[in-house]
Amino acid sequence: MSGRATPNDFDELRLVSVNRTFGGSTGPRFAALKDLSLVVRRGEFIALLGPSGCGKSTALNCIAGLLQLSGGGIWLDEKRIDVLPPEKRGFGMVFQNYALFPHMTVRKNVGFGLRMRGVPAAQIQSRVDHALSLVQLAGQADKLPGQLSGGQQQRVAIARAIVIEPPLVLMDEPLSNLDAKLRIETRAEIRRIHRELGRATIYVTHDQDEALSLADRIVVLREGVVQQVAPPHEVYAQPANLHVARFMGYRNVIDFDPAPTARTGQVTLHRDGMSLTGTLRQVTDGGRLCAAIRPDDITIGAEQTVNTVPGWVANVEYCGRDSLIDVSVPGGVTLHVRASSTVALGDKLHLSVLPERVLVYAADT
Amino acid sequence: MGASVSTSQETAHASAIRGLRIDPAYVLLAPATLFMLLLFVYPFAYGFLLSFEPHQGGWLANYRSFFSSDRLWPTILTTLKLALPATAINLGLALPLAYRLRVKSPYQKWLTAILVVPITLGTVLIADGMLTYLGPKGWLSQTLQALHLIDEPVHLTHNYIGVLISLVTSGFPFVFLLVLSYITGIDPVLARAAATLGANPWQQFRYVYLPLLSPGLAMAFCLAFVQAFSVYPSAVLLGAPAGPTRVISVAAYEAAFEQYDDSLASCVAMIMGIVQLAVVGGALGLRGLFYRGPVAGGKG
Repeated sequence: MSGRATPNDFDELRLVSVNRTFGGSTGPRFAALKDLSLVVRRGEFIALLGPSGCGKSTALNCIAGLLQLSGGGIWLDEKRIDVLPPEKRGFGMVFQNYALFPHMTVRKNVGFGLRMRGVPAAQIQSRVDHALSLVQLAGQADKLPGQLSGGQQQRVAIARAIVIEPPLVLMDEPLSNLDAKLRIETRAEIRRIHRELGRATIYVTHDQDEALSLADRIVVLREGVVQQVAPPHEVYAQPANLHVARFMGYRNVIDFDPAPTARTGQVTLHRDGMSLTGTLRQVTDGGRLCAAIRPDDITIGAEQTVNTVPGWVANVEYCGRDSLIDVSVPGGVTLHVRASSTVALGDKLHLSVLPERVLVYAADT
Repeated sequence: MGASVSTSQETAHASAIRGLRIDPAYVLLAPATLFMLLLFVYPFAYGFLLSFEPHQGGWLANYRSFFSSDRLWPTILTTLKLALPATAINLGLALPLAYRLRVKSPYQKWLTAILVVPITLGTVLIADGMLTYLGPKGWLSQTLQALHLIDEPVHLTHNYIGVLISLVTSGFPFVFLLVLSYITGIDPVLARAAATLGANPWQQFRYVYLPLLSPGLAMAFCLAFVQAFSVYPSAVLLGAPAGPTRVISVAAYEAAFEQYDDSLASCVAMIMGIVQLAVVGGALGLRGLFYRGPVAGGKG
């Protein structure tokens, strides 16, 4: 399908201040999604990333039409689609628990969307065959879903979603029911299928590795509010705020005393018995500040002129290629550090970190 | 000392049981087995044998006279004519209602409760209420006449319609509850998946819910049919037991308590059982044509 022009394609999907509230008449109102605005371009792979309860699945269900909006609108080019029922939107969706029809063979499952569209039987046959070979399940067409493994079932679900040539493919944590090895294999499969078909995809996940490896752009959500929309390398290296930083693996978050108002550039932070120079990521207003550092960005042994502290190894967690160690440094702070050389409990070390790898944010309220 | 004696006795007892290769857990089956033997197997076998010991004639004389008497064999058809439509109506009403009520909503609980109320009423109470309400001099008839919608009183009791209404009233809650439990057992995400694939609400029902429900519907049909086929009180109280609603249980009652022919009565009861078994067997046979696996769409 890669060569031919893709039907049902679009230039952009626009979400304009999409809101969704739950509850109300019986319980307290709860805003699951607040003012989500986003433009998805043709062929783009978007990951909605966040912890559970952040509103990412709500957003996906709103786009699919499985949930009504409480406010805002969704447009596919010039057409307003948030008023349409799901069956009129025609987006392919892959569910977390696969949602295969248990009473239909793999072939019937994959052909279901085409059958609902009144496609002639002969054409269904060939398109289903094509979709099954794309997900490498050509030999399993006559089995029931119950006879397949979890990974195979999820591939059937993917085939079922893409065979209808939808303008947009929606995936709701499609890998979270698979074991670690299958997850990585299926992830590569999803990437390959997306490359071959070039269909715009919105992918919901709570796993930053999945988002980083698959997406063209990542939308980080927290409590229904967008925190950052950026390509993976930017979300990884330059998180927009402390929440995104924590989520992207900045495990060391250290509180510091308030510093004078500043806009950009390097600042030197102080607290009891410790000072650290870092790069400002947010405009500060004179309040308390936090420094966020990845365990991998801290080096052991090298004596730099700035940002060097002595410390004692308090815990060692062996991880195979390297170890994750906890180092106690003056001021009652424990730093998580990745160590490739062997260290033992109680060893004295010197830790250092480059100022550009110390990201400074306003403290959480 | 005493404790050690009893322990050694218990050990001896346990090893004796092991010697007989009987799992002690089987003892737990004893009450149920005894119950089945005394209250079902023995009476059934007794009646079965009794039906072959007629007062006169050879061992098949009862069956021969049942199928040659115009007062007896048509009761099968009369009963089927009541039980099959009643079951079909109950299923036909219960399915759309249960389907509608499958999703949680504020009024679901209340509506379900109201629909199930008739289950708490006995057949006789229902019959009494119906006689007062639906009889020629009942409220319904009088209201319709007062509104000049009809000229003559409506006859909804002491005939076929009366028994049918009573069977629907008393049978519906069972069927509704059964079907509701089958429907709510189907993962709603399947219908959502169908919707994203272009299935409209009717197609979601037709291609996803209905096939997955079919085995359950067959089961509900069997249970409701058996219940309706053994109708007796409403056929007598609300019907015309001498004619149009002379059901098979009425024939059995007459044989047993009017002619004092236990053997013939047993024969009628056996035939009743055979007809029920045939219909249930047919329904379960059809059930075998449908998918009968789990009704979830993958891992939970």
